[in-house]
Amino acid sequence: MDAIPVTITRRGAGETTRTDVWWGTPLAIFVGLSLFVAYSTWAAFQNAHYTYGPYLSPFYSPVIWASPGDTAGLEHAWLGVKPDWIPALLPFSPALLILPFPGLFRFTCYYYRGAYYKSFWADPPACAVGEPRNSYLGEQWFPLILQNVHRYFMWIAVIFLFILSYDVWLAVWFPNPATGATEFGVGLGTIILTVNVVLLSSYTLGCHAMRHVAGGAHDEVSKHPFCDKAYACSTALNYKHQLFAWMSLISVAFSDIYVRLCSMGIWSDVRFL
Amino acid sequence: MSAATFKIWRTLPGGDGTFQTFHTEVADGMVVLDVVHKVQAEQAPDLAVRWNCKAGKCGSCSAEINGTPRLMCMTRMDELNLWEPVTVEPMRAFPPIKDLVTDVSWNFRVKKGITKFTPRTPDAPDGTWRMAQRDVDRVQEFRKCIECFLCQDVCHVLRDHGKFDEFIGPRFFVYTANLEMNPLDTADRVPELKHDKGIGYCNITKCCTTVCPEHIHITDNAIIPLKERVVSRYYDPITRLLRVFTS
Repeated sequence: MDAIPVTITRRGAGETTRTDVWWGTPLAIFVGLSLFVAYSTWAAFQNAHYTYGPYLSPFYSPVIWASPGDTAGLEHAWLGVKPDWIPALLPFSPALLILPFPGLFRFTCYYYRGAYYKSFWADPPACAVGEPRNSYLGEQWFPLILQNVHRYFMWIAVIFLFILSYDVWLAVWFPNPATGATEFGVGLGTIILTVNVVLLSSYTLGCHAMRHVAGGAHDEVSKHPFCDKAYACSTALNYKHQLFAWMSLISVAFSDIYVRLCSMGIWSDVRFL
Repeated sequence: MSAATFKIWRTLPGGDGTFQTFHTEVADGMVVLDVVHKVQAEQAPDLAVRWNCKAGKCGSCSAEINGTPRLMCMTRMDELNLWEPVTVEPMRAFPPIKDLVTDVSWNFRVKKGITKFTPRTPDAPDGTWRMAQRDVDRVQEFRKCIECFLCQDVCHVLRDHGKFDEFIGPRFFVYTANLEMNPLDTADRVPELKHDKGIGYCNITKCCTTVCPEHIHITDNAIIPLKERVVSRYYDPITRLLRVFTS
């Protein structure tokens, strides 16, 4: 492409003639994402109160290893107690082993990228508002070129959907204190965990990378019957991707809060069946 | 009729510019372009403004109204707060010519550099092709573009970082998507998207989608799908490996 002589009067940081509350949305996103990161980090380091009856917090699912003495967590652990080869000096929590994967899925998500570039990096602060930096590499060069790993984290997120769905199945089998056996039941926690999986699925399956894999890569998707339907479904979800991104973020945190409050005895789970 | 104050950008002889204040009356149903014409007729006959259809279809009257890139002919006065002065200025991403008129010729030069439509051989002996309607629908959205260049104006890669020689901007990613996803097209534009057209510079702020007067889903339906095709070609080792076995 030929270089062309363009003279532009570049605006300074935050300079704009916009008269609307242009900083409102970036600020709301900054606050919302900061609160989520702060809470999820705090919750991940707690290593306690992440189960209640048949419920398991999505922040801790799957429990690969549980801490020694954590009997409630051990019931959900896939591989038993934390092995000795994990250095005792390192902080341990089942959540710390698995949270980076869904976390990086969201971190590399196209919607969140656009949102946090604005809210956290002011690149730009908002549309048609001046930026604080002159240099710009975008996602064309290192380090942000690494965002292209998104589709791999998407596949991992899909695996998590199966695991969390299995947790919902487990969440309908309540222990009977009288007999010691488990019996079918539905509590408020069951519904919360179910809604959480539905919202997470709506977010993950409507992801732009999923849309591409489902059929977007084909110019004539109609000639691939399975891809045709999968692409149509993913596209339908993709139109509400931003909405599902936020709803699923809130629901996953709320699910953890619910289980935590029940486990701490602050809130009593409501049984419907 | 109600009173309104307009601050309209005027270029100065040296090439710089400033806002000039005009007090005028606006009537029900007027759009910003009407008011600019009224000011031109009554107070500033040398005020330069580019316009044509006054119906939101020619894409000529692009400007920044209260700091937001919009078509003047599609911005109704009753949408604006007339208690405050209304600012009207030219698109900031392009070199000013005079007052509200900018030089958008860079866009036409960029368009010439994109690999042209290359249809496959006809499907039928009479020289016609067969396509499924839903495959056509996918690219039909991109053909709504009226080339107002508001998306180019608001894109910070051009507007704030001036990467005119490395990045073609949202309008031409839409144009490329229209060709690249066309069911008849056989050309491969993925290498040029990565190397020459700078698709990696887009950081998905969606400002282009926000300002598009034709409501084209520029980011979701054009830019990100093209980015994904670049990822498949250059950054995804598994897809590359599969392509080795399937090709």
